[in-house]
Amino acid sequence: MTSMTQQTQKGCDQQARGFAAKDPSGRLEQVLRAGNFAITTEIAPPDSANPQDVFDRAAVFRGFVDSMNATDGSGANCHMSSSAMCALLSRAGFETVMQISCRDRNRIAIQGDVLGASALGINNILCLTGDGVQAGDHPQAKPVFDLDSMSLLETIISLRDKHQFLSGRRISDAPNVFLGAAENPFAPPFGMRAMRLAKKVAAGAQFIQTQYCFDLPRMRTFMHQCRDLGLLEKCFILPGVGPLASARAARWMRQNVPGVHIPDAIIERLEGALDQQAEGRNICIEMIQALQEIEGVSGVHIMAHRQESSVPSIVQASGALRGRTPWTPALNPLDQTQTAEA
Amino acid sequence: MYSVRLWAAKHARLFEVAYNAFHPVLTGLQPVWKALGDERSERVVGTVERLSKEWLFDCRMCGQCILSSTGMSCPMNCPKSMRNGPCGGVMQDGHCEVKPDMRCVWVEAWEGSRKMRHGDLIGVVQAPVDHRLKGASSWLREASRTTRDQEQDRHD
Repeated sequence: MTSMTQQTQKGCDQQARGFAAKDPSGRLEQVLRAGNFAITTEIAPPDSANPQDVFDRAAVFRGFVDSMNATDGSGANCHMSSSAMCALLSRAGFETVMQISCRDRNRIAIQGDVLGASALGINNILCLTGDGVQAGDHPQAKPVFDLDSMSLLETIISLRDKHQFLSGRRISDAPNVFLGAAENPFAPPFGMRAMRLAKKVAAGAQFIQTQYCFDLPRMRTFMHQCRDLGLLEKCFILPGVGPLASARAARWMRQNVPGVHIPDAIIERLEGALDQQAEGRNICIEMIQALQEIEGVSGVHIMAHRQESSVPSIVQASGALRGRTPWTPALNPLDQTQTAEA
Repeated sequence: MYSVRLWAAKHARLFEVAYNAFHPVLTGLQPVWKALGDERSERVVGTVERLSKEWLFDCRMCGQCILSSTGMSCPMNCPKSMRNGPCGGVMQDGHCEVKPDMRCVWVEAWEGSRKMRHGDLIGVVQAPVDHRLKGASSWLREASRTTRDQEQDRHD
């Protein structure tokens, strides 16, 4: 258990080990509130019951990211749960974002999970509607969708701020979480996207991670619309970025991953390159640099599926950390002889 | 019917006007609904509502109609039952990721709402669906709610 002294020492660059005690906020929120350019990434949950698999995947990102999103059955495929991933990683000192999708659980299960997640030391929750079951490896499953991302945000706000379940029944200790939501500025109806973000902010979203951004002009338009709606003061926006492995992979993604928009110019640039993978990374680095120049962009969310090992070099080359080193826990959390250098 | 429902969303303003004219009639008949009793009025009004709205909007009788806030495009036709706007998976041509042959109900809703006088209601956050109301008449609920509000106003 965490001692009192450790708790009081806990700050922007430190986090107590063991079951993390309740803190006013997690490191991600503190990094953003301090005005730093935050880097978040996505960690793919393993198809395994071995905690070491989780720590191995997290080790790649040590020192280069402020937080990791553990996906919740992304693409409607079955993997280790987001809450278990985040619980394991938080106990080891990593900052995580737990994702909740409305596809698999109803309001009773979700509210229980939120209380449990907070009790396990999870500081951040990203509220998603989730992909349809037809997209994944269990298309025969029953799609739940009892809530949508918007009512999910309101549900957690009720738990956190009103100290009550949706039913009105009181809870004694509220879950202390920093709430996020997703947005896709690159999918129709384009006119509604900024307004939908405003709805999410009204429902309780404090940070926003977007779908992959490969189209800067559209991102700029979206951010201008957000500014006009007064959203830049109310939430932190982290556009999604990621390295494309090749022109073929880019074409496949555009065809098969719903909501991913890749302009022809990007694909042509990849096709013209001698080393397509390196070019994909260069595009990602340039994108991060360009996004930093857009008013209201508070960080980036790097999704490097199957290219996780490229994240440190991309972050370094982009200069987005501006000399900052995100705090990292011990090298191997399962090894009790090592301790974090606090 | 799919083609009728697309037409209805394209003529959202027409349906807004029609509903605004219909609403006071529905509310004015509240004593009749009361006299008939819950079960019988539910059978009569519910049947008329289902037949007309099924044909026009592919209505699923969720029992808590929000067509006026969704550009006259029924959100219950969304495979993810999204009542607060489109998901992130809408295809570039405006079609649904789950049912690629179908236009996204929220693309329709957005376009419909732009034609309506009170189309900005699309920006109001909607509460989650109360699944107990499935199959019940929204019209009767609306009539009794309006009557209750009017009585409340008179007391105040």
